Amino acid sequence: MLKTFPKGGVHPKENKFSAGKPIETIELPKQVSIPIAQHIGAPAQPVVNKGDVVKVGQLIAKSGGFVSANIHSSVSGKVSKIDKILDTSGYKQTCIVIDVEGDEWLETIDKSKDLVANTDVSADEIRTKVLDCGIVGLGGATFPTHVKLSVPPGKTCEHLVINAVECEPYLTADHQIMMEKADEIMVGCKLIQKAIGAKKVLIGIENNKPDAIKHMSGIAKKYENIEVHALKVMYPQGGEKQLIKAVLNREVPSGGLPIDVGCVVQNVGTAFAVYEAVQKNKPLFERVVTVTGKSVAKPCNILARIGTPVNELIEFAGGLPEDTGKVVNGGPMMGKAVSTITVPVTKGTSGVLIFPQESAARPENHNCIRCGRCVSVCPMGLEPYQIKNMAVVKMFEELEKERVLDCIECGSCAYTCPAGVPLLDYIRQGKANLNKILRSKKS
Amino acid sequence: MAINKLTVSMSPHDYGKDSVKKIMYGVVIAMIPALLVSVYYFGLDAIRVNLIAIAACVFFEWLFQKVFIKGKLTVVDGSAVVTGMLLAFNVPSNLPWWIIVIGALVSIGIGKMSFGGLGNNPFNPALVGRVFLLISFPVQMTSWPKVSVLNFALTDAQTGATPLAIVKEGLSNGESYSSIMNSMPHSYVDMMVGQIGGSLGEISAAALILGGLYMLFRKIITWHIPVSIIGTVAIFTAILYGINPETYADPMFHLLTGGLMLGAIFMATDMVTSPMTPKGMLVYGFGIGVITVLIRVWGAYPEGVSFAILIMNAVVPLINNWAKPKRFGETIKK
Repeated sequence: MLKTFPKGGVHPKENKFSAGKPIETIELPKQVSIPIAQHIGAPAQPVVNKGDVVKVGQLIAKSGGFVSANIHSSVSGKVSKIDKILDTSGYKQTCIVIDVEGDEWLETIDKSKDLVANTDVSADEIRTKVLDCGIVGLGGATFPTHVKLSVPPGKTCEHLVINAVECEPYLTADHQIMMEKADEIMVGCKLIQKAIGAKKVLIGIENNKPDAIKHMSGIAKKYENIEVHALKVMYPQGGEKQLIKAVLNREVPSGGLPIDVGCVVQNVGTAFAVYEAVQKNKPLFERVVTVTGKSVAKPCNILARIGTPVNELIEFAGGLPEDTGKVVNGGPMMGKAVSTITVPVTKGTSGVLIFPQESAARPENHNCIRCGRCVSVCPMGLEPYQIKNMAVVKMFEELEKERVLDCIECGSCAYTCPAGVPLLDYIRQGKANLNKILRSKKS
Repeated sequence: MAINKLTVSMSPHDYGKDSVKKIMYGVVIAMIPALLVSVYYFGLDAIRVNLIAIAACVFFEWLFQKVFIKGKLTVVDGSAVVTGMLLAFNVPSNLPWWIIVIGALVSIGIGKMSFGGLGNNPFNPALVGRVFLLISFPVQMTSWPKVSVLNFALTDAQTGATPLAIVKEGLSNGESYSSIMNSMPHSYVDMMVGQIGGSLGEISAAALILGGLYMLFRKIITWHIPVSIIGTVAIFTAILYGINPETYADPMFHLLTGGLMLGAIFMATDMVTSPMTPKGMLVYGFGIGVITVLIRVWGAYPEGVSFAILIMNAVVPLINNWAKPKRFGETIKK
């Protein structure tokens, strides 16, 4: 019996068209727009001005607080403007726009492909490097990594859980990184393990990637205390609470963090980024992006510089299909639909997903038939139908008892609803309003 | 770049393939074996009753929506067809057409549309109609035509009592259960395949179970409600039979007769009027089982499944309130 989390979950069609496609690099764009808010937390503060000449990897915006991250230039060239530009969030955000000239990297960056396996650095050094290089969680949530690496006083971390689940359908970026960079990932894991003082590293991979499980298990043997766990395919296993439950059978308490059960969860792509930051001195200015969709001519995995307009990636994948109805930044379950394809790639862009016209619209909305499927698929044990009913009549305060804040917004309820009720929309509405009430109570 | 209209909506962007329509027509498909058995034993009358009930239910749903509820027409979703078929399954095959139409009017009008249509009704609409007819037209509703294989003549068939009524009457006349069973014209095999008197859809336990398995396979229902009802009835009647086999019928008899299978598999599992969680479903099924046996053994009616389901329907909101799913992370934090 393969392990998984016990309650809820759905299994959408996987559609991993780009699986097994090598990570490719594309021609540098003429211009990049790098948003200063690509992570959870305070936006970074620009440290360059219009007209400045920058190199690849140069700091262009400084972390704006503890929960924030540095931003580095992904190209060499001249800053043409700092302006508000529509980005993947759907809002106009401050971006640093750079005209590309050549491809000149900072001399401090080790551009060689050789593996640096020596992990003889102190935990503090690792944290500083991660902070300097602007590493954030690359699974999509973009939580600044150095924050997670700082275990709060009084807590101990036993296990580092590496999220290599990639439970979102379509996406294959993490899968491909594992196939090509397994050694680097292991070194990255070792570094993170050292920083947080964990005894063991547990890598969770879903069973729809048997090649990755085999490859990673083989490589893991070379390192101490790294285990690979094959997991049953079940969405949303990539949610950190679900992953910990699946791998360790520990339940993160409601409102708590993984550290409360002695765990820290990091994405496998983040482990690779940590390796590059610490061993190669390379800031996070490029990431692997899956470009895919049912009618995309050439689904692929692209190593893209941050700030590259998404349409250049789509061009590389064979161009925007005629019947395009929706473009999503991220996976189909939790990604964000964008209103224009000129938005830049950010640190959180794990995929660019193109939906044909016929599947772009939401299903027709009927009356709830109280089938209870939303309740049975909710991985957090909530009652989406009930939250919806209460949100409709604006009983926001009472939603706290319904644990609406526990919702991880995985979308399983809305996915499974046969009546096409947009349950997650109501839940988000409820969460936002409840948070507002709680904040006003505090102040 | 000819695209100038991208849809922007919140996640998720992928959806499951199931819909209300598919679920409703799935239920219709699951009822086909029982329908065929009823045609086999009751002839064209079975088809007549079904057609009238379905047509009347669909018509009334359309009418009520048009006149009172307005908004998007939902008649095509198939729920009225299901209600019509279930109503037909719950009446004798020789019921006059106008009584069926009244039943449909009560089912759809009072049972469903007065609450706002599909999804809002607290009680199973077909059962509301059925119980209304049973109380209003007790003679017509309890004159069960005798089964005759493939008799397609629409003549007045002979009528006879259901096995449950035979036992109930015998026991109240002071006869012992074993002597009643000795003179019973039906064997358990008859009851299994459906060669007994009764409402037209309830007679064949085998056909109903087949339909139930199909619904389980299609994930339209879960096992909890049917198993809980059938299990409760079996255990409860086994205890009674164990206490005194001369005054109480045996569990097998209870399971195979009357509307138990129809109720447990098709009526009680109605999504709208049953609880949300497995825990709630088990409690709900237990309640139906207990009330059914109470009515069958000590009540005035020989059969009690319809009443039991309606009574438990009323309790469903309370059950839902009590049987909450276990919240993730609840057990650890105090």
